[in-house]
Amino acid sequence: MSTQSTQTTGKVSLNSRRKFLLDSARAAGAASLVALGVGLYSRQSVSLPASAIRPPGALDEEDFLGACIRCGMCVRDCPYDTLKLATFGDKVTTGTPFFKARDIPCEMCDDIPCVKACPTGALDHSLDNIDDARMGLAVLIDEENCLNFQGLRCDVCYRICPVIDKAITLEMEHNVRSGKHAMFIPTVHSEHCTGCGKCERACVLENTAIRVMPYELAKGELGHHYRWGWKEKNEAGESLVAPDVEHQYNLPQGQSYDIQGEGLIINDRESDATPFGANPLETLNNNSLNAGGTK
Amino acid sequence: MNRSRHPGTDAIKSKGWLLAKKWLILRRFSQLSILSLFLLGPWFGVWIITGNLSSSLTLKTLPLTDPYILLQTLFAGHTPETTAITGAIIVLLFYALVGGRVFCSWVCPINMITDAAQWLREQLKISGSSTMSRRTRYWILAATLILPLVTGSIAWELVNPVSIVQRGLIFGMGLAWFIVVTIFLLDLLVSRRGWCSHLCPVGAFYSLLGTHSLIRVRADAREQCDDCMDCFMVCPEQQVIRPALKGQLDKNTNKIIGPVITSSNCTNCGRCIDVCAKDVFHFGLRLNNKVNDTGNNNKTHSNNISEQLNHSSGVEVL
Repeated sequence: MSTQSTQTTGKVSLNSRRKFLLDSARAAGAASLVALGVGLYSRQSVSLPASAIRPPGALDEEDFLGACIRCGMCVRDCPYDTLKLATFGDKVTTGTPFFKARDIPCEMCDDIPCVKACPTGALDHSLDNIDDARMGLAVLIDEENCLNFQGLRCDVCYRICPVIDKAITLEMEHNVRSGKHAMFIPTVHSEHCTGCGKCERACVLENTAIRVMPYELAKGELGHHYRWGWKEKNEAGESLVAPDVEHQYNLPQGQSYDIQGEGLIINDRESDATPFGANPLETLNNNSLNAGGTK
Repeated sequence: MNRSRHPGTDAIKSKGWLLAKKWLILRRFSQLSILSLFLLGPWFGVWIITGNLSSSLTLKTLPLTDPYILLQTLFAGHTPETTAITGAIIVLLFYALVGGRVFCSWVCPINMITDAAQWLREQLKISGSSTMSRRTRYWILAATLILPLVTGSIAWELVNPVSIVQRGLIFGMGLAWFIVVTIFLLDLLVSRRGWCSHLCPVGAFYSLLGTHSLIRVRADAREQCDDCMDCFMVCPEQQVIRPALKGQLDKNTNKIIGPVITSSNCTNCGRCIDVCAKDVFHFGLRLNNKVNDTGNNNKTHSNNISEQLNHSSGVEVL
């Protein structure tokens, strides 16, 4: 009687163990399918549309997506309704904050409330001066339509820039088209541009000629081995490659040339005499004779 | 058990409508109040709470952060600021005390969707259900923690219905209605209580969090049980009731199991308390989980209910 009962319990436990393993395998299979789908989706969604700009102090995009918990508190504390949370189905990763400069640019608040609101530090709390923010970089992308490039004085992007004369300067150039006017070319300096997007918002064109772009799109990068020769030379006080050879002009005796100053200098008035005679015909004859001689 | 009868009918007769729906009403009140508090700001400019369930700030002082999402940021290799850590610890302690899955039944907005699906399922008498293991959620939970390790981003948040729907209501839905419809249809047509009780890793996380929680449903008056099955019919986690209600024999300790529903899968929703005409259940502490009644009595009950369960195809017990 007792052996029979142990046999049946043994059978039951074997069955339940098999059922447990089967259930676990199915559950694990389902979970791996979910993981695969979500994982692939997450890799795709890392690419942020170029027009979507992260708030000030945002970590690099890859780190940001691991640090931002999608709570939207930065959005709430933005006094200008600049920041938006990406909704499900947006091109921007669901639930993460961004702004479009052409709609509402960043007003660069001195107290940076969005960064302070971030509970996780996805917006870096060490950013305490908004001028140090690098949300992106303004790029004058369409020289063909920019009014200043046509020689007009639009200057709106330059005027609106919160870091005027540092982040955007006007560089005077010759207007080749008219031949007699100047062009004032708006020029962005990455050293000072915060990527706030006010220039993009203000551009008077139908479709903006200047726009804020992510750094990796907007900025080139020098080969790490590369050095600007003149800067190195300035720093060192002398050329580092080879000693400077003073340029020699092969000029007639008594003459020299100053490239940055007076130009041709004739030292000796006495030696004004040319090897050529006063009579040009004679000279010609001499030359042709010489040429004939060599022939 | 009379299957044509709606569960809770007897309770309404004996206790009155209000008492037979007491915990359900309180729960809906809790879910809707919490959602309203979040919506007061964006809709009416009254900022009591900012943020959402992932992280919030109440009255500009109290930070609350979902420990599950914070865990994912840790796995993604990010060291969070103290605000988020403080908020997560507060939430951790709260749910560790009152029951992890209290989040599921008292806070989570998805619960209203799945409850609605379950209600319609009963009205339409849909009894077929694909049998998924209730452990699937733990595997998905593991997957959602491995993903940030591999990808470096909080991948689950791309599709997490819990946060997407709540965030959507507060910040703009976008296409999030599709998620609502999908979950509703899953629970209505594919699997009974499919999302909340089988798949959701958020629930799985809070389940683990509440393993030793203090507040539990107790079946202290279990000898009064008349096997009407109403509690099983309404329970989203049917497997949690039987050990405590029927005083089953614990295989490991060879003792009769006490009257406390100890399974961390129990969401403390209190529906079983509502629908029981015999007042078998009540909320209590997990302490004092001793057996008062005689073993024989329980054994017969146990056999009874097992037979019934085996014969009723509509009830899935795992």
